[in-house]
Amino acid sequence: MASPRRARGDEPAGAGSDRDTELLTESDVARTIARIAHQIIEKTAYEPAQADQVVLLGLPTRGAPLARRLGAAIAEFAGAAPGVGTLDATLYRDDLRRRPARSLEPTSIPGGGLDDKLVILVDDVLFSGRTVRAALDALRDHGRPRAVQLAVLVDRGHRELPIRADYVGKNVPTARAEQVAVLLSEIDGRDVVLLRRAGEENHPGAGATGGPE
Amino acid sequence: MRHLLSTGDLDAATANLLLDTADRLKQALLGREVHKLPTLRGRTIVSLFYEDSTRTRVSFEIAGKWMSADTINVSAKGSSVSKGESLRDTAATLAAAGADCVIIRHPASGAPHRLAAWGDRDSLEGHGPAVVNAGDGTHEHPTQALLDAATLRDRLGSIAGKRIGIVGDVTHSRVARSNVLLLATLGAEVVLVAPPTLLPVGVADWPCRVGLHLDAELPGLDAVMMLRVQAERMHGGFFPSAREYAIGYGLSERRLALLPEHAVVLHPGPMVRGMEISPAVADSPRAAILAQVRNGVHVRMAVLYHLLAGAPEVQG
Repeated sequence: MASPRRARGDEPAGAGSDRDTELLTESDVARTIARIAHQIIEKTAYEPAQADQVVLLGLPTRGAPLARRLGAAIAEFAGAAPGVGTLDATLYRDDLRRRPARSLEPTSIPGGGLDDKLVILVDDVLFSGRTVRAALDALRDHGRPRAVQLAVLVDRGHRELPIRADYVGKNVPTARAEQVAVLLSEIDGRDVVLLRRAGEENHPGAGATGGPE
Repeated sequence: MRHLLSTGDLDAATANLLLDTADRLKQALLGREVHKLPTLRGRTIVSLFYEDSTRTRVSFEIAGKWMSADTINVSAKGSSVSKGESLRDTAATLAAAGADCVIIRHPASGAPHRLAAWGDRDSLEGHGPAVVNAGDGTHEHPTQALLDAATLRDRLGSIAGKRIGIVGDVTHSRVARSNVLLLATLGAEVVLVAPPTLLPVGVADWPCRVGLHLDAELPGLDAVMMLRVQAERMHGGFFPSAREYAIGYGLSERRLALLPEHAVVLHPGPMVRGMEISPAVADSPRAAILAQVRNGVHVRMAVLYHLLAGAPEVQG
């Protein structure tokens, strides 16, 4: 409970209050995803003929729809869709004993597996890096990718581990006590990224599903 | 969740959470060569079995090992129990030795409840180990009911609104009790079918209906759960002969044909082939008996996860 939490925007009451600053609007989110898709195509030398060699794995909750959107954008720009899946790393977290047992999220690995693929982990916010570390540990049990990269919509700083993202939608300098809430239409009914001021940390639901990044 | 003693303690939200967790765990392990999760590293699980068991003991042990817990089996035969040690002393010893969780099967109904209550008082730390009921006498067997529910959900899509028949020796069956409570909580309509001598006193207060004629009930069922006739608990004549029981209440090929096309056949095992279920039915694709065993591992992983993975729950 010591570290501030990233609000996940599950609570309609908290979203859009006076204390929130809009970091990315709906069109910003769309443009950012398109830009990351182009960067992935360029950096991975993406070939439609070998589209199945690239797998986007979304980290639940909101990394999952982000990975699907990135996959669709890459398919649109490059003419072939990469593999898209979901990887829940809850069982590999190092902070399980610090709070009541969390509910697990779905995992789905594309049919071809991960061996020798280029795996790109996708998450909404990069914070302490602990979720990514857990995901790297989980990956190891699912196979041996050729390489692993990381794409995030927002990098808010405050890393606690030597982890960095290969693709960043927006870098946002934040105070530890602030929260970055990514809302996506698949889950929250609308696309927006909010910076939430300190002091709202304890409102209901903030800790129910969110965790230190 | 601090202990798992009875399915009667589970509300629909908690029961569904356990079933969803079991599904997620199954997904997380699907297609993997390494069946190992680090989640319960450093936790110690002791199974204390005062009665014989194959599938429950094995699947709890596999569940613990797949989540990296240290699992230890103690059976009454070959332990200090045979020297006359009481259940309370045995349990306190296990807790003092460092067990985080005790899985107990005992011939006395209510033994796990006693264990849970003693645990906090006898413990050196002020809180005893988590207790999981793995079958107590003729009372309850919660993880069996959960794995049955998981199997029904897999095969039928959902449980709410489905009609489930539970057939056979209800009196001596902890599986039946746990299932009636859990399935009713999950919104199913439960029908018990048994000879009158094998229906327990007080069954009228259970959240279910009682039928006496199997042939009349079968066409309306979405699933039928056959119970083992527990000869070891029967002292006296509950029915004239095994042959007569099989004719009245056994699931034969003829009866299988009376079930709707989509209906599933469950059996908690161990089966007595030719008694409550004919070999042809047990081996038919309609029977989900091995799927039940497979689901048992995931359901027990889910139970251990919710008992042991999170921060210790303060006893409320």
